[in-house]
Amino acid sequence: MEALDIRPALIIAQREVRDQFRDWRIIFPIVFLTLFFPFLMNFTARQLLNFVNQYGAGLVGERLIPFLLLITGFFPISVSLVIALESFVGEKERGSIEPLLTSPLADWQLYLGKLLSSTVPPLVGSFLGMSVYIGGLVINRIPLPDAETMLQIIVLTITQAVVMVSGAVVVSTQATSVRAANLLASFIIIPMALLIQAEAVVMFWGRDTLSLWWIVFGLLVLAVLLIRIGLAHFQREELLGREIDVLNIRWIWRIFWDHFRGGARNLLDWYRSVLGKTLFELRGSMLAAVVLAVIVIILGAQQADRFLLILPEGEFQERVREFGFNLPVGGVGSVQQIFLQNVRALIVGLLLGLFSFGVLGTLPLVATLGLLGYFTRIMEVNQLPAAQIILSGVVPHGIVEVPAILLSTAAVLRIGFLLATPMKDKTVGEVFIIAIAGWMQVMIGLVLPLLLLAAMIESWITPLIILRFFG
Amino acid sequence: MIYAENLTKHFADFVAVQGIHLDVRAGQVLALLGPNGAGKTTTVRMLTSVLRPTSGTARIAGYDVVAEAEKVRSSVGVLTEHHGLYSRMNADEYLTFYGRLYRMPEGLIEQRKRELLEQFGLGEARKKKLGEYSKGMRQKLALVRALLHNPPVLLLDEPTSAMDPESARIVRDAIRALRSDQRAVILCTHNLAEAEMLADQIAIIRRGRIFLNDVPERLKQFLLGPEEYEITLRDGAGIPVEILPLGVALSRQENGRYVFRIDQPEEKIPLLLKRLLDQQLPVLSCAPVPRSLEEAYLRAVSLHEENGNGSA
Repeated sequence: MEALDIRPALIIAQREVRDQFRDWRIIFPIVFLTLFFPFLMNFTARQLLNFVNQYGAGLVGERLIPFLLLITGFFPISVSLVIALESFVGEKERGSIEPLLTSPLADWQLYLGKLLSSTVPPLVGSFLGMSVYIGGLVINRIPLPDAETMLQIIVLTITQAVVMVSGAVVVSTQATSVRAANLLASFIIIPMALLIQAEAVVMFWGRDTLSLWWIVFGLLVLAVLLIRIGLAHFQREELLGREIDVLNIRWIWRIFWDHFRGGARNLLDWYRSVLGKTLFELRGSMLAAVVLAVIVIILGAQQADRFLLILPEGEFQERVREFGFNLPVGGVGSVQQIFLQNVRALIVGLLLGLFSFGVLGTLPLVATLGLLGYFTRIMEVNQLPAAQIILSGVVPHGIVEVPAILLSTAAVLRIGFLLATPMKDKTVGEVFIIAIAGWMQVMIGLVLPLLLLAAMIESWITPLIILRFFG
Repeated sequence: MIYAENLTKHFADFVAVQGIHLDVRAGQVLALLGPNGAGKTTTVRMLTSVLRPTSGTARIAGYDVVAEAEKVRSSVGVLTEHHGLYSRMNADEYLTFYGRLYRMPEGLIEQRKRELLEQFGLGEARKKKLGEYSKGMRQKLALVRALLHNPPVLLLDEPTSAMDPESARIVRDAIRALRSDQRAVILCTHNLAEAEMLADQIAIIRRGRIFLNDVPERLKQFLLGPEEYEITLRDGAGIPVEILPLGVALSRQENGRYVFRIDQPEEKIPLLLKRLLDQQLPVLSCAPVPRSLEEAYLRAVSLHEENGNGSA
């Protein structure tokens, strides 16, 4: 079937791999990271094992061995990002992509060829490096990680490479020079650095077999999303038809303003037709945020049994009284503080969401409601009147604040959804601006007024109700 | 072979190409002339199914550029503005790579490589890294790549730019040979002399519109008026005005060289010469005054400006 003919992709991949092996700037780091680096890791493993064993901390050493295997495998695949940027944007910059585009190749065949050529050589280097490292462990009679951990690390390495390369393609569609692409690559490097840290935490601290598989699953989903977006944008029209490196503030503003304003004639019209439409579009994300909220409250409550907190008897009443004496009721300062703190948290949520297709943008919601679930359960365990405390201390302002957080979370999730949805007639940059405009509509139209109201209630009304109940 | 009707391309608010009509038959060369940014490259990209037209249709070798894009690309050989050579490859590897992409059998790739590299004088450099090629060699190799799969349609962007006169001649000969071989060729060029030498049709594009499209002679006649002829007399002898036949007007004279504007030259020149000889005037020569395409092009551009960028 001609439609699924992958031979042209293999021809592209073969040429590119051959080309890479003629470039010492690519060969040198791969060889260094494949052959020298694993020895260094072996040496590190031996020294650290000896050191920690002196203090009876064999567990640390035991967990260090697979982590070093992960790092040994990761370093060579980090080169895949450079290769991919060079392969996709470098061809654009040198103009060698145009003859390719005039050949009878389908866009996806070219994409696949480049994906393979950017992923396979670093992966081969990575597996070679891991083999050298494991060989070193065997020679030095250091116990090997168990089979499942090794399999997890191998699968993780492959998915990380695919994520980096497919991310590089998305970045490449937004640049016509390697320099611009390298700058944009921070959108890949920073999340990957965070991911490695998260993997380190899982491997050293919360080590259980399921956690790493969850990371693999998350990476696979991410890879699929990135490949989908990459395929949608890696098309002839977009590769040749647009000059996108120049920062065009006027264009950015026009796109933003057109979408933010949405053609409304006045504020009332904006609330009614524009924001109303945005909120309607937000219904799926809102449902996801509500479901997530319920889950984290339950999970938070469950954690109370794991991280139990026993309060000294009588302390609660005393604290409430102390709280009552120090309350700045009627002042503006606390309103400002609470409001700004909440806004800051939501902006951090937005920034995290931008790097993670909206996923990490749920953190403010997860943290707030997770803690609510946790402390509610702690209060029950400590035989405090949880229902009364929640009703008097949380519900008065929470009834306004929680919807605001839910809306903000839904808006960030919507950004992720839009970024992950291929739109052939728009660049990733355009989609990004449109998504931010949508988030701003929700923030300015609803979330900020609600947060301000919640801050006023929390400062001026909630303390009075608490004192009335418990003071 | 190449047919386009009302071909239009917009990039957001910018109109790159507007309502282009083209009809290039097998064995014809069309020169597409125009300043930088006129829309030549966009037109070529639409004709090679690289860009999708905003409106209008085009067929290449019988295939629709939108619905049958892959077949169109298989039928076209394109010399792009950027040669797009890979500096770490040699010519042999480079052409094999493209031959495979065009799904040519290995034996045919070898045969075509050998023939074309020899034809363009690159036979000895086939194993040399392309990074070491001169500009002219790169240009020739890019042309070889465009011809490798023996396409019925060729779209050539500045095929002789950066070439030495000898190489340029080889390339021009190759284009003539392609024409004889019933290929349809579109030549985008700034080299008007070359266009005049090679083209059967000239299309002048400006601000995205083709405002003139005709055979070179008719274009010149339209833009520069009827053809002029120069008659030279020995020893600066004079021509009495009363002997000139009707339809022959003296344009200018200098030292026995007379330039006439003549309607229906086939009929009037023999009559004029007969009268001169009857008067026993010492005629040394009679020849048309050469008029360059450049002159016509510049006239066309100024006409286009005068007419407010409409059709001339």
